[in-house]
Amino acid sequence: MRIRTAGVVAAVSMVALVVAGCGDSSTKSGGTGTPSKAAGGTLVIWADDQRTAALKPFADKFGKDNGVTVQVQAISKDLQTNFVTASQSGKGPDIVVGAHDWIGNMVQNGAIDPVQLTDAQKSGFADIALKAVTFNGQVYGVPYAIENLALIRNTDLAPNAPSTMDDLVAAGTALKTAGKVTNIMSLQVSQTGDAYHIYPLFTSGGGYLFGTKANGDYDPADLGVDKPASVAAFQKIAAFGEKGSGALTRSVTGDNAIPTFTGGKAAFLISGPWAIPDIKKAGLHYDITPVPGFAGGKAAQPFVGVQAFYVASKGKNKALAQEFVTNYLTKPDLQVALYQANPRPPALTTALNQVKASDPDLQKFMDAGKGGAVLPAIPQMAAIWDPFGKAEAAIIGGADVPSTLAAAAKTITDQINK
Amino acid sequence: MAVERNGAEVTPPRPAADRTPPPPGARLAGQAGKTLLLGLVAALAVWGAFPLVSAHAWPALGALAVVTALIFSVYLSKRRIPLKYLLPGTLLLIAFQVIPVVYTASTALTNFGDGHRGSKQDAVVAIQGASVRQVPGSTEYGLTVATRGGTLVFLLADPSGGTFVGDAKGLRSLDPSSVTVSGGRITSASGYSVLNLGEANARGAEVTALSVPTPDGAIRANGLTRAFDGKASQAYDAGCDCVRDTSTGHVWRADNANGSFVDSDGQKLPQGWRVNVGLRNFGRVLTDSRISGPFLRTLVWNMAFAVLTVLAQFALGLLCALAMHSPRVRGRSVYRALMVLPYAMPSFAMLLVWTDMFNQDFGLINKLFSLNVDWLGQPWTARAAVILVQLWLGYPYMFLVSTGALQAIPKDLQEAAEVDGASAWGRFRQVTLPLLLVALSPLLISSFAYNFNNFNAIRLTTEGGPFPPTDSSVGATDLLITYTYRVAFGGQGAQFGFAAALSLYIFAIVAIISAISFRRTRRQEEVYS
Repeated sequence: MRIRTAGVVAAVSMVALVVAGCGDSSTKSGGTGTPSKAAGGTLVIWADDQRTAALKPFADKFGKDNGVTVQVQAISKDLQTNFVTASQSGKGPDIVVGAHDWIGNMVQNGAIDPVQLTDAQKSGFADIALKAVTFNGQVYGVPYAIENLALIRNTDLAPNAPSTMDDLVAAGTALKTAGKVTNIMSLQVSQTGDAYHIYPLFTSGGGYLFGTKANGDYDPADLGVDKPASVAAFQKIAAFGEKGSGALTRSVTGDNAIPTFTGGKAAFLISGPWAIPDIKKAGLHYDITPVPGFAGGKAAQPFVGVQAFYVASKGKNKALAQEFVTNYLTKPDLQVALYQANPRPPALTTALNQVKASDPDLQKFMDAGKGGAVLPAIPQMAAIWDPFGKAEAAIIGGADVPSTLAAAAKTITDQINK
Repeated sequence: MAVERNGAEVTPPRPAADRTPPPPGARLAGQAGKTLLLGLVAALAVWGAFPLVSAHAWPALGALAVVTALIFSVYLSKRRIPLKYLLPGTLLLIAFQVIPVVYTASTALTNFGDGHRGSKQDAVVAIQGASVRQVPGSTEYGLTVATRGGTLVFLLADPSGGTFVGDAKGLRSLDPSSVTVSGGRITSASGYSVLNLGEANARGAEVTALSVPTPDGAIRANGLTRAFDGKASQAYDAGCDCVRDTSTGHVWRADNANGSFVDSDGQKLPQGWRVNVGLRNFGRVLTDSRISGPFLRTLVWNMAFAVLTVLAQFALGLLCALAMHSPRVRGRSVYRALMVLPYAMPSFAMLLVWTDMFNQDFGLINKLFSLNVDWLGQPWTARAAVILVQLWLGYPYMFLVSTGALQAIPKDLQEAAEVDGASAWGRFRQVTLPLLLVALSPLLISSFAYNFNNFNAIRLTTEGGPFPPTDSSVGATDLLITYTYRVAFGGQGAQFGFAAALSLYIFAIVAIISAISFRRTRRQEEVYS
């Protein structure tokens, strides 16, 4: 009898399982659902953990003003993937918040709609921010923050900003020889490389990833990874690598790059606004300057990334979502609040001006990003990161430059053309 | 033997035992429990049926009805004793094993992935929606959503003070004296009832769908307070099954075999759709030089990784278990608790900590031993490192199961061997180990299968590296699963169809190896039992 009861228990859980499984498929096939009880419906926003907290008060206010309910939901992991998948099955949010280089993938999956901004609204944004959210000639998101790399230096150890990379390495080497630091500089490389962080040096040496079309968009057909200019750039990078001066080393990774600097083990750090809270916590005296280029080389261009709000194509409250994104987000208050939650320079010029006075770092980061390259949002960029990063790591480890880059370019082309 | 004793518990009692009536108390409790649980089944079935009905998911509803009916007929009947035992297990097997495998196999036959997720209809809607642009030089309107006789209309105010009403028929002027305009928007108009934002959003789908035709395009809502004169520059034409650019006349024809719109130069529109591609994904696994090239090399290392990991874990675990088994060791429970610690820690975190410890400049291992080894930067040290990490993570499990199996070996066998004059090593080699292996072989095989596909062990430590400079697609520590993951997801977004085909290949490899091992184990069992 006991065993028989156990069988029924299992059967019950089985039915529960079938129900759960079917429930899933039901939303996929139907998606009709019951209409929301709230008078004006519920606007759902997906954002990462930090931004969720900053958005809540504004979302509540927007909801109260307009007689709707606004829910801000934190998606702490793989926000983009989750959004695309949920959107496909009709269970996605109305608005999603994320980096601009997601646009290409979200568009090819039909997950977001273009936003229509008036010329007056457009002119309120920093040019580069607007350029970043433009894809195939359409504006797809409303930007709220800009981020890029800069050189952060410990002013106690290195009082003067180096004007070239060569000066920086010389100063760092002197400090290392004097035993004041253990690393000449802290730039994350790791065993698998980091295309984002090496990009300023890559461009200073003359390298390029994609050519640009006549309209300024990146051209995936023109891959620059193994072109002579890129080879020359990596030869300069190799001179600072493990077989050269040792300024760049694979043992510096994304996990230890900032702690190495805050722990006083390196006088120079190449990183972004996200490093500042840790540096302040460590109580260091620091200054922020543009990433220097090689002596006699071009200017070092960091990638400029933009955080933006997007309107979901398959949201249930699209009109309200457009209202929130195009008419509410283009006002400075929310952008200032988002800055306070996570100090990255606001994309709206008036918001930047409001917070600039109390935070001099912002202008310095903006200056460092001047002339930077917009992080490509084309889907082909996804094929770059991994092979390019690994080629970088290999070259910093001492591998032959032309053959390594040729192999990386072949891998990238194979992936783009598949 | 532990395994056999365990097995006896699930052996169904013979029908003869069923005929002897159980004590009345137990019978009553059993009936009550059965009623309750079957009631719960019915309740869950009804609860699950409602959303299915409202979503018109008839096949799912049918499955639900059949499963529920089956459960009731089996457990209400006095006969069908074997089925009473088989049914729950079978249903779980179908839910957790058969359905995922069938789903994976069916996905492998499609091009499902980023850019090919939805239907062709979805793609067309996305293409047309994404091509809507504001007509150059056109007016921006302040929008007020209103109704007239229940029909939704747009009340529009242009910056120069003109007021209009727009509906699906077109745009008409509104007499300025009959409307109130404030802040660039109409706030009231005689004959129309103005909706506030909440009310307008409640009819949001209608607002989004309404387009007011104009000579150049159509006025659409942009949010709920603004409207613009926009035009879709790309439109689908069912006649030619193509997408045409309305201004340039450029044409992208549907390629229904690949699920994309392609122009004459071979350029695709980004938005594609999901189509059946037959066995193409399976063929691609064999022909893709990035996979077939390094396949054998990776397979050899993959086998070595799984075998060495299991053997090392088992050897160390067994050694510890033997040491702890001796009654002469004092404080055995303390030692045992300490030894299980690595098993109790979250392996995700531990893998990351170990990766840090192997760092050449900052890592604990080089500092502790005053070494300067680039552990994760050279093929052989990296391989040794990942196996070492797996050894540390996995030996407590082997220790636990060996301890259990050791305690189940009858003492008299040992004593008999001792009386026969066997040495300690001989007793272990001839008596203990064979008996242990009979019990533990299935565990070793499943552990092998697990480690064969131990994605985290590589992904969270070396990420497959170090990579030869000339080939970034496969590294020295890559397993088949980590390297196929990179091929399937490392490029332009996820390719689920291709990934499914790859995983079926890996599934076949592991299944064949396991089947062979189990067959050999059975032979061994026959010898020793």
